Amino acid sequence: MSECRGKGGVLINRNLVVNFSFDGRSYSGFAGDTLASALLANGVHLLGRSFKYHRPRGLLAAGSEEPNALVTVVRGNEARSVPNLRATQVEIYAGLVAHSQNRWPSLGFDVGAVNDWLSPLFPAGFYYKTFMWPRFAWHRWYEPRIRAAAGLGRAPGGPDPDSYAQCYAHCDVLVVGAGAGGIAAALAAAGSGARVILCDENGALGGSLLDERANSQGGSDAAIWLRTALTQLAALPNLTLLPRTTAFGYFPHNMLGLCERITDHLATPAAGVPRERLWQVRAREVVLATGAIERPLVFPGNDRPGVMLASAARTYLHRYGVRVGSRVVVLAGCDAAYGVALDLHAGGIGIEAIADVRTGAHLVAPAAIAAARAEKIRVVERATVLGTSGRLRVNSVSLGVVAADGSVSNAGTLPCDALLMSGGFTPSVHLHSQSRGQLQWQADAGVFVPAAAAENERSVGAARGLEGLQQALEDGTQAGLTAAKACGLTPHAYSARIAVQEYSTRGAPGALAQPGARTPAKAFVDWQNDVTTRDLQLAMREGFYSIEHIKRYTTTGMATDQGKTSGLNALAIIAGSSARQVPEVGLTTFRMPYTPVSFGILAGYDRGDQFDPVRRTPMHACAENLGAVFEDVGMWKRAWYFPQRGEDMHQAVARECRAVRTGCGMFDASTLGKIEVVGPGAVEFMNRLYVNSWNGLAVGRSRYGVLLRDDGFVYDDGVVARLADERFHVTTTTGGAARVLGMMEDYRQTEWTDLKVWLTSTTEQWAVIAVQGPRAREVIAPLIEGCDLSAAALPHMAVARGTICGAPMLLFRVSFTGELGFEINVPADYGAAIWEAVRAAGQKYDIVPYGTEAMHVLRAEKGYIIVGQETDGTCTPDDVGLSWAIGKSKPDFVGKRSLSRPAMLASGRKQLVGLLTADPHVLLDEGAQVTATAGQVAPMKLIGHVTSSYRSEALGRSIALAMVVDGRARQGQTLYVPMPGGDLPVQVTAPVFYDPQGARLNG
Amino acid sequence: MQRFSAWSLLKQAFGSHGGWQPQWRRATPKPAYDAIVVGGGGHGLGTAYYLAAEHGLRNIALLEKSWIGGGNTGRNTTILRSNYLFDESARLYDHSLKMWRDLSQVLNYNVMYSPRGVLMLAHSVHDVQVLKRHIHANRCNGVDNEWLSPAEAKAFCPPLNIERNIRYPVMGGALQRRGGTARHDAVAWGYARAADALGVDIIENCEVTGIRRDAGGAIQGVETSLGYIASRKVGVVAAGNSSVVMGMAGVRLPLESFPLQALVSEPVKPVMPCVVMSNSIHAYVSQSDKGELVIGAGTDAYTSYTQRGALHVNMHTLAAICELFPAFRRMRMLRNWGGIVDVSPDRSPIIAKTAVPGLYVNCGWGTGGFKATPGSAHLFAWTMAHDEPHPINAPFTIERFREGLLIDEAAAAAVAH
Repeated sequence: MSECRGKGGVLINRNLVVNFSFDGRSYSGFAGDTLASALLANGVHLLGRSFKYHRPRGLLAAGSEEPNALVTVVRGNEARSVPNLRATQVEIYAGLVAHSQNRWPSLGFDVGAVNDWLSPLFPAGFYYKTFMWPRFAWHRWYEPRIRAAAGLGRAPGGPDPDSYAQCYAHCDVLVVGAGAGGIAAALAAAGSGARVILCDENGALGGSLLDERANSQGGSDAAIWLRTALTQLAALPNLTLLPRTTAFGYFPHNMLGLCERITDHLATPAAGVPRERLWQVRAREVVLATGAIERPLVFPGNDRPGVMLASAARTYLHRYGVRVGSRVVVLAGCDAAYGVALDLHAGGIGIEAIADVRTGAHLVAPAAIAAARAEKIRVVERATVLGTSGRLRVNSVSLGVVAADGSVSNAGTLPCDALLMSGGFTPSVHLHSQSRGQLQWQADAGVFVPAAAAENERSVGAARGLEGLQQALEDGTQAGLTAAKACGLTPHAYSARIAVQEYSTRGAPGALAQPGARTPAKAFVDWQNDVTTRDLQLAMREGFYSIEHIKRYTTTGMATDQGKTSGLNALAIIAGSSARQVPEVGLTTFRMPYTPVSFGILAGYDRGDQFDPVRRTPMHACAENLGAVFEDVGMWKRAWYFPQRGEDMHQAVARECRAVRTGCGMFDASTLGKIEVVGPGAVEFMNRLYVNSWNGLAVGRSRYGVLLRDDGFVYDDGVVARLADERFHVTTTTGGAARVLGMMEDYRQTEWTDLKVWLTSTTEQWAVIAVQGPRAREVIAPLIEGCDLSAAALPHMAVARGTICGAPMLLFRVSFTGELGFEINVPADYGAAIWEAVRAAGQKYDIVPYGTEAMHVLRAEKGYIIVGQETDGTCTPDDVGLSWAIGKSKPDFVGKRSLSRPAMLASGRKQLVGLLTADPHVLLDEGAQVTATAGQVAPMKLIGHVTSSYRSEALGRSIALAMVVDGRARQGQTLYVPMPGGDLPVQVTAPVFYDPQGARLNG
Repeated sequence: MQRFSAWSLLKQAFGSHGGWQPQWRRATPKPAYDAIVVGGGGHGLGTAYYLAAEHGLRNIALLEKSWIGGGNTGRNTTILRSNYLFDESARLYDHSLKMWRDLSQVLNYNVMYSPRGVLMLAHSVHDVQVLKRHIHANRCNGVDNEWLSPAEAKAFCPPLNIERNIRYPVMGGALQRRGGTARHDAVAWGYARAADALGVDIIENCEVTGIRRDAGGAIQGVETSLGYIASRKVGVVAAGNSSVVMGMAGVRLPLESFPLQALVSEPVKPVMPCVVMSNSIHAYVSQSDKGELVIGAGTDAYTSYTQRGALHVNMHTLAAICELFPAFRRMRMLRNWGGIVDVSPDRSPIIAKTAVPGLYVNCGWGTGGFKATPGSAHLFAWTMAHDEPHPINAPFTIERFREGLLIDEAAAAAVAH
């Protein structure tokens, strides 16, 4: 390893060498390194290319705010690649493979960098002003090229083989951030007996406690305190510690989303371990100890590799023992930069100079300057930066000095291999703001800090603008105790102390002073999106005044770092250029997630078969054994048809239909929704809800019920049986079961609280076997006891109880085929056995199992509608021929008033009819349209559409149902179905094609 | 208006872009206008533009309580299509889609209309029936829409998973090739700039707080946070807040406002060539020019005016996206946001005169208003200028809810049987 690795480094283990590759070259680092620290240790400063100008970029930061060093990590194959990871957050492991992005052919020589030369043509918003000629060219020429140039990394190359977990957790106190403030808060709260969750986005806990210079004993006060505190934390049974876990979103009622990264840092994850886990934490109290992010300085050439945040250099030194350079210039926009310079100096790094860029004398702490000068470090006061040089790494910086009148004079050029900058620290108020907490401008510190909270939440330490570890400890402690108290616990006294040298982190956001109004070199505000001060000024020149407009026009703050380092500088520059104060410019809304979150954890377990529950009927296996093909209906798997050897769907359905019309068929109807409506108010409830009248329905009888929405349109239908005076067995469509129950509960709980009625879904309690056909009675009679099946005792629409093969049974004499029919309801567990018993009993009558397709054909032959196929939410009962069902004397029912609206009564409504094609072999397309005259061209005058269309085995021809304007009056007319190949003439008929008298029902 | 072109860009490049003019003035209100448009989203800005450009009105104010284009115009997923089921809707949305084609040239502002195709997927026999009905109806109405088999859908959109072993396999899809995307901000700014050039006063940070009517009930003007402004013609285009503004004139609207969320991924190189929508498993996705996957989630179950929604709604959507595009599971959500959508009982808009003389309303676009921006604005301007609806928007009255003449596009998604 090179001379870039110095002594120290509290997070690395020098005994464990880890080999990895970057852009195809092998490197080695130590266990505990991030990809960023390991590459720096190898002297690699060039890590990426910018989005727009493809400028060479190195590390700006050391944490999650990094905008430049985005890499793709590939684990094994392209399906396991992840683009756009921050190198500062990637923990290295043996065999890690990482690539740089957005460059061709190589990171060092990128053809895309031509954009930088042409950048005068590409200011903010240039794409709104050009690429408009000729008019088709945007889509065909320009856009494909712009798209190819845009984007950062590549999307993964195949289905993700890894799994993701999700869990819920409740706690008294959730502490976000395990730095000084967060750990103190967690210890104080947990010590008071609170159930605490403490999470931190990093693998190593401690935050800036890890960034303190070691004393002569090889540790720092901060490190010693941290070690003790972590031991205490680990010993607390009521505390859950979640490292590598980012609190990414703050949702109403103190619900936070946490993303725990479980395996990405491991060389060989154990099989079956999820890659990441989503925690949805509901906390009584939340403590936000999210710290602060250092602001870069804005000056020409501030984006060269080697130009870095001062605190990042300190982090690389103390956590990883990595020296960011050997000749360093520090640009001090706040006192803390002096602390960094002194630390680096003590670490053996040459400090060329500290250039203090503050021009307000009151801002500068003389003690800091004195401390630097005591170490013989040159300090340039009232400095500014005129430019930098170095193609792939900074090699010099040109300084200027700002006179009292604001004029800038040249102060010479300093050679350097690292240029560190600190513009002060911006509190991380993201989560507080996401929770709709208010922010307050703190003018003297030049930052927004949390004000009134909207949730049970408090920010502590640097996250609310406090400075230094000791303040953070005290603030965190207090917050932890307060949170515990708010949870009804007795605060248990706790105090913590660390003695460290503290420097102020207060600076002034904005750009550094420049000699002229315009300079040729770019001064970047948003590194990743290549937004410069000139872009911001251009936006204002073009009349964009609101910060929201400027953001969208220039894209500042819209990169993958979401403005973590750029936001406040952009605001200050905009304010300065438009004679406004920063609060007048305002803030854009903080949105989740704090840092990007993989789709995988949000999708979680809902994948493959678990994407949606699969509902199978009790007879599913029976149908499978019979070779059924299934269709998805809602969540249900329904047997669609039962092909026998060599049959296609058409042949199978024809055979199934034939059997029902001539002998007997059996059908699994278990998926129909079933709701028990019970109680003294049951009759009135049903009267108010369904269009039918239920008063006259005798116990042991059933009736076809129709349910409307309040707008008067058909919502659901089904047979309703009265099992007792105060007990109805309501059936619904398969897809409508949950919706109808929801609607019933809505009315019961909000509108008709006067009714004593209870609703219970019984869909899955019953297995339902429909036995249909002229031989149906003969098939089931031998199996049934305690129930007279004769037509006299059990007429059409009668319901009886009894037993079948000894199992309790509810028997419906109903038919959806037009044939003599029974629906045998047995408790679900008996379903399969009874199915097999019926099938065995039916063998001598050649019983045939039939599926949903045959069921559709049979019911269409009879003109029975299917809600959702004949109806589409715009049909009244009368439209589909069901006005007979309406209880005429009822005072009210859901939808009754709507049915009297003018348009519901007017002529010109679509009505259910039958259609017969002139050629009986022609099968109409379902959904095909209907016209009154032939030969129309678009836009046509459409008068209807085909809702159902089948080959009818019974009629030996095709049949169709359709909704046609004034259809009932058109019977006998010829209409047309316009198809791409020409009009198909059709004759309008009644919708009942088979046994219109219904004689067969009563067999 | 300062012309935008490659040439003007080049010329300005030599002057460090110092010569660009404001795209629209920061206007302050005059005491009175011939017409006022309330609401500075795309529909409102477009209305002001067409009032000036096509109906000769010059003394027009557009009032926006915040910043223009900041509501649903700036929060949607930018999908354009016109393959609606009912004749009235197909005419309305196709009128708009045809206007998108030339909008960049008309406004001299690149709105990046990209007809990359909108593919709507079917996952059940019922879905197939519904989409085929759309295709037939669209063809007869002169709207392009074609059926693709699963293999054809895969060929059109290579990352799509058409394996049979997923929970709801793709059974085919309806493709509208003219459908696609456009750049939402550019639409707002393009209309603002063009309207401003015709003399329209675009007044931001001006909230309407009351509506003044004369003794006969007719509109006299509006009270605002910047004072009273007189006008005998007021058009309200306030999306989620339409009910609030119209309530000031005593007009009740049959609207419910819900939070609707969307999200984007981090940008990646081109991977999604088109827009894919699946109504039955609740997912829609496209890729922006910048490279972000733009994903629409559903509405929350409860009404609200807060521009954020619940996490589980996004989770449900991303589960669907990852089923259809299993390679996206490792992609990462960069940003999520919410808007407030104004939903009418039949999911179709209201573009109409009201019972109050001089008061017009354009609202109820629900989750799908962006695609209609040019057409809606064009028709609403016509309605305001002529004091009667254009034939295309004549069916989209407020009275239809009382009369029962609904245009129920929600019906298109009907029910499973």
